[in-house]
Amino acid sequence: MSNFRFVIGRFLGAIPTLLILICLAFFLVKAAPGGPFDFERSLPEEVEANLRAAYNLDDPVYLQLAKYIGDLLQGDFGPSFQYRDYTVTELISTGFPVSLRLGFAAILLALFFGSLIGSVAALNQNSKLDYGVMFFGMIGISIPNFVMAPLLVLFFSIGLKALPAGGYNGGDFYHMILPVVSLALPQMAYIARLTRGSMIEVLSSNFVRTAKAQGLSTKTILFSHVLKPTFLPVVSYLGPATAAIITGSVVVEQIFGLPGLGRYFVQGALNRDYTLVMGVVVFYGCLIILFNLIVDTLYGFIDPRIKQNR
Amino acid sequence: MKKTNSLLNDAWSALSKNKAALISAATMAAMVFMVLLGPIFSPYAIDEIDWSMIAAAPSFSDGHIFGTDDLGRDLFVRTMYGGRISLMVGLVATLVSVMIGVTYGAVAGFMGGRIDALMMRFVDVLYAMPFLFFVILLMVFFGRSIFLIFIAIGAVNWLDIARIVRGQTLNIKGKEFVDAAKTGGVSTIKIIMKHIVPNLLGVVVVYVALTVPQVILVESFLSFLGLGVQEPMTSWGALVNQGARQMESSPWMLLFPAVFLATTLFCFNFIGDGLRDALDPKDRTRGND
Repeated sequence: MSNFRFVIGRFLGAIPTLLILICLAFFLVKAAPGGPFDFERSLPEEVEANLRAAYNLDDPVYLQLAKYIGDLLQGDFGPSFQYRDYTVTELISTGFPVSLRLGFAAILLALFFGSLIGSVAALNQNSKLDYGVMFFGMIGISIPNFVMAPLLVLFFSIGLKALPAGGYNGGDFYHMILPVVSLALPQMAYIARLTRGSMIEVLSSNFVRTAKAQGLSTKTILFSHVLKPTFLPVVSYLGPATAAIITGSVVVEQIFGLPGLGRYFVQGALNRDYTLVMGVVVFYGCLIILFNLIVDTLYGFIDPRIKQNR
Repeated sequence: MKKTNSLLNDAWSALSKNKAALISAATMAAMVFMVLLGPIFSPYAIDEIDWSMIAAAPSFSDGHIFGTDDLGRDLFVRTMYGGRISLMVGLVATLVSVMIGVTYGAVAGFMGGRIDALMMRFVDVLYAMPFLFFVILLMVFFGRSIFLIFIAIGAVNWLDIARIVRGQTLNIKGKEFVDAAKTGGVSTIKIIMKHIVPNLLGVVVVYVALTVPQVILVESFLSFLGLGVQEPMTSWGALVNQGARQMESSPWMLLFPAVFLATTLFCFNFIGDGLRDALDPKDRTRGND
């Protein structure tokens, strides 16, 4: 029962955040000059009428907002400003699977190698290996995706001619290697540093010393005492990591010419496609909030101390 | 007066023990000098088009030491001007975020109770927002002026600072000199500004060093997408974007700005880490390394 209440409580707690997100986007678009809610522009009468109907412009503001939220709940993000024949929902459902594939692969890669490298560094603390890992970790954090991606293309595609420089090609494995790697690298570096710091702290804690004093083997200590507390901060970093991967995928899709949602977003931003941009922001925002929520809830189950404190 | 001195001394002794941070600080000092003075020593202007030198490779003989771009503009001068913009954004936007964050955090921490809980709950809500996307929305809707970049980036980066400052304020608030000031009838605003804020300097310094690279990164991200600074002005992000398009035929267009941007982010991260190890009382890993 208390578990159930905990989960429900967490989900209810996210609703105000979602509402604030939607309201922020809504009022920003309302305030935008030349936006769908701006009357001082010259559009063909039919377009104007369509817009008025689509956004219920003749209603009072609070009703407009309520109707917008109602439409969102039904998965209707409104018509696109630029792509006359498409709705924003259609554009999102074409682009998102590509982005999801890219992001999911990147986060798995970052998690696996990041925690592996970080653990190895922590177990060899203050060795040359450790310093090397930390140094390259700092480089990984410092070089942003959009610098790393062209450099990788320059080296692997143009220099070695080993991998394709761009294109989606139906999500073919070779075409996805460079985008996934350049998206994953900064997160991998961050997770490695996080894991290292956390494991060093755990290794020097009292319960590990006790376990050692009791004569348990290193392997037992590592697997049954050290690993779980080590990865707690990594689990809680998953939320911000997802957000970073989503923002990163915007540039990575642009660089490699992948037909993902991020690319539509940038095109929309450059073409001032207000409804598309707003739709993507709301969509990604909800996704990030939802993912944070899931991670938070999971965290409560992994570390019961959290649940008690709330 | 003595307080400031000891803080500076602390910071200095911390940095001088940390070799990586020290080298980084020296590199950054050299970088600032270079972007400020570099263009003076070049015979070319930022928007000067050299028709005989379209996308020319770096060479010392003709004065284009970084080569030229696909429009025949000198890449060295453009990289330096881009650096001015990137570093200026780093500085100004960080100042904006520090001002918001320190004030917000100090007020919340000092007020305590329900106001504090409400203000921090608001920060929690904002934490969940995809802020980079909102900055992009702002750029799309309200034009791409450099001022908006300062304000927008600064306005979304204050959350960390606000949290840290609040924690510190809660700590300082219990000290005797604050009680003394209260007893003496000093107004709340004056206590916050004169007694609390100066004592927060240590943590603020750390977070300034950590915020600058984040801010520079956001600006380059925007400029890379074509949503940041506009021609004829440029920044490292915009240059990396142009370079990435031409990298097959003229890789120097990508490499020079990329190296400058990465070096700067790298150095600031090291400086920030070094300062945090020395000054941040909350650092739990201290003593383990």
